Amino acid sequence: MRFRLLRYFLALVLCISAVSAFAQSTPVAAPSTADRLAKLEAQTAQAQSSADNAWMLVSSALVLMMTGPGLALFYGGLVRKKNVLSVMMQSFAMMAIITVMWGIVNYSLAFGPGTSFIGSFHNLFLHGVGLNPDPDYAATIPAQTFMIYQLMFAIITPALITGAFAERMKFSGMAAFLILWSIVVYSPMAHMVWGKGGLLNASLGGRFPCLDFAGGTVVHVTSGVSALVTAIYLGKRIGYPKEPTPPHSVVLSFIGACLLWVGWFGFNAGSALNAGSLATSAFVNTHFAAAAAALSWAAAEWIRNGKPSALGAISGAVAGLVAITPAAGFVTPMSSLIIGFIAGVFCYFMVIKVKAIFGYDDSLDAFGVHGAGGTLGAILTGIFATNAIYPIFKDKNGNPLPSGVVDGNWHQVLNQFIGIALAWVISIVGTLVLLKIVDMTIGLRVSREHEIEGLDITQHGEEGYDHA
Amino acid sequence: MQKIEAVIQPSKLDAVKDALLEIGIEGMTILEARGHGRQKGHTEFYRGREYTVDLLPKVKIEMVVGDELVEKAVQAILSSARSGKIGDGKIFISKIDDAIRIRNDERGPSAL
Repeated sequence: MRFRLLRYFLALVLCISAVSAFAQSTPVAAPSTADRLAKLEAQTAQAQSSADNAWMLVSSALVLMMTGPGLALFYGGLVRKKNVLSVMMQSFAMMAIITVMWGIVNYSLAFGPGTSFIGSFHNLFLHGVGLNPDPDYAATIPAQTFMIYQLMFAIITPALITGAFAERMKFSGMAAFLILWSIVVYSPMAHMVWGKGGLLNASLGGRFPCLDFAGGTVVHVTSGVSALVTAIYLGKRIGYPKEPTPPHSVVLSFIGACLLWVGWFGFNAGSALNAGSLATSAFVNTHFAAAAAALSWAAAEWIRNGKPSALGAISGAVAGLVAITPAAGFVTPMSSLIIGFIAGVFCYFMVIKVKAIFGYDDSLDAFGVHGAGGTLGAILTGIFATNAIYPIFKDKNGNPLPSGVVDGNWHQVLNQFIGIALAWVISIVGTLVLLKIVDMTIGLRVSREHEIEGLDITQHGEEGYDHA
Repeated sequence: MQKIEAVIQPSKLDAVKDALLEIGIEGMTILEARGHGRQKGHTEFYRGREYTVDLLPKVKIEMVVGDELVEKAVQAILSSARSGKIGDGKIFISKIDDAIRIRNDERGPSAL
């Protein structure tokens, strides 16, 4: 029986080979080698583009997930029960508002051709941002993929600031302030660091090339410093620091922080703008730094309070993720561990000690984690960046030049400081001016009665936990 | 008829409930409560800020029983809820004037 089947099979194979041999012998106009090569090149480019585009679309979604639900849960758990929806809504509002702004004008201001400081109105209403790649930014993915990916960064950055003024800001004032902020602070900073011809752009010929792989200065320094300014301008919450304001649900914060960790792979590894080995490097570094910082923050707490807390461990992880953001595609995994360890202890110190010494009410530590961690990370990037991972600087012949201090390029630390200083200045000045404008028109702070009653009821007319 | 109110550690609830059922108590009401006696609270740390939590989670058991069952019920609670540590809780006993079963107007001890 088995042999008969085998015979049938052999016969079938013979028939097929005969037919195909016959087909081959039929005379057809053979394409020239040049044509076939051109076709092959096009197919290869298409395959690479599809692979890169797949990763970049996933990354875009991951970065959006960082804001909602990631950041919304992280912040939502840290406030009192009466304000949980208000902080979640602040993050969610950014997902809606900044998206509309980005399409209309902000993308053009950030990434359109312009001066060293800001883009232009060239890409207003996404004019000229189509499905063909923009080779200056990312040669293998559609320009709209690049645009939507960058949008997710523009969303989370103002959302980060909301942690500083949680539990006391009017929704209307918050929305107006952050819309203006995204135009006046975020767009210029993104243009300077990542835009064509930007002053600090390291790969497109900036005057002071500042290494910022995924947004240490653009995202974390700007949001963190603006957060500090807002916290000081608005003043403390009623009763702070005498009345207790403990987190109403560390569980929500825990889920949020874990989502942030996962989303950060899109944030950092996606910043390679392709699915190649650079993305792997950024992915590994991101993970290592988060783990190291979670350990060092928890250890610092263990030594000081006798117990390692869940809130401490997750806060440490976020601090490590912030600090590795500018360095993600420039350093080795072991450097990432060092950056993470330093970031965990440093941000712990900022949140526990420095905040208490100065007495500002940065409610959810947006400055202590993002401002401080971002600044630290940007400096450490200048130290640990190596051309063995990403040869971003090249001489005229295309040979790699040293990146950071570990390569012998001490000058890079100076460039990092220039980038950091610019981010601090534009954030402080921009935020102060905008707060003043919104304060005089719409108003920033809720009334005393509303603050005591809670922002969920007074700003949104609903409760987070209405178990009927 | 007397009402027994016992504030106990939440971890002792199952043991107390079983002990009461064993001596023939047929009904009880259980409330999740927060409070403290001489035990006071404990300290929690959130991002370095210290909070004193003085109201701790407790469980309150309420039941109304016939006079003959009161002492047995008290003994059952004492033996099952005691850990010997501070914070074990308290028992309060008071007289009840009447009891009415809503379903059928039944009154007095037979309504229990």
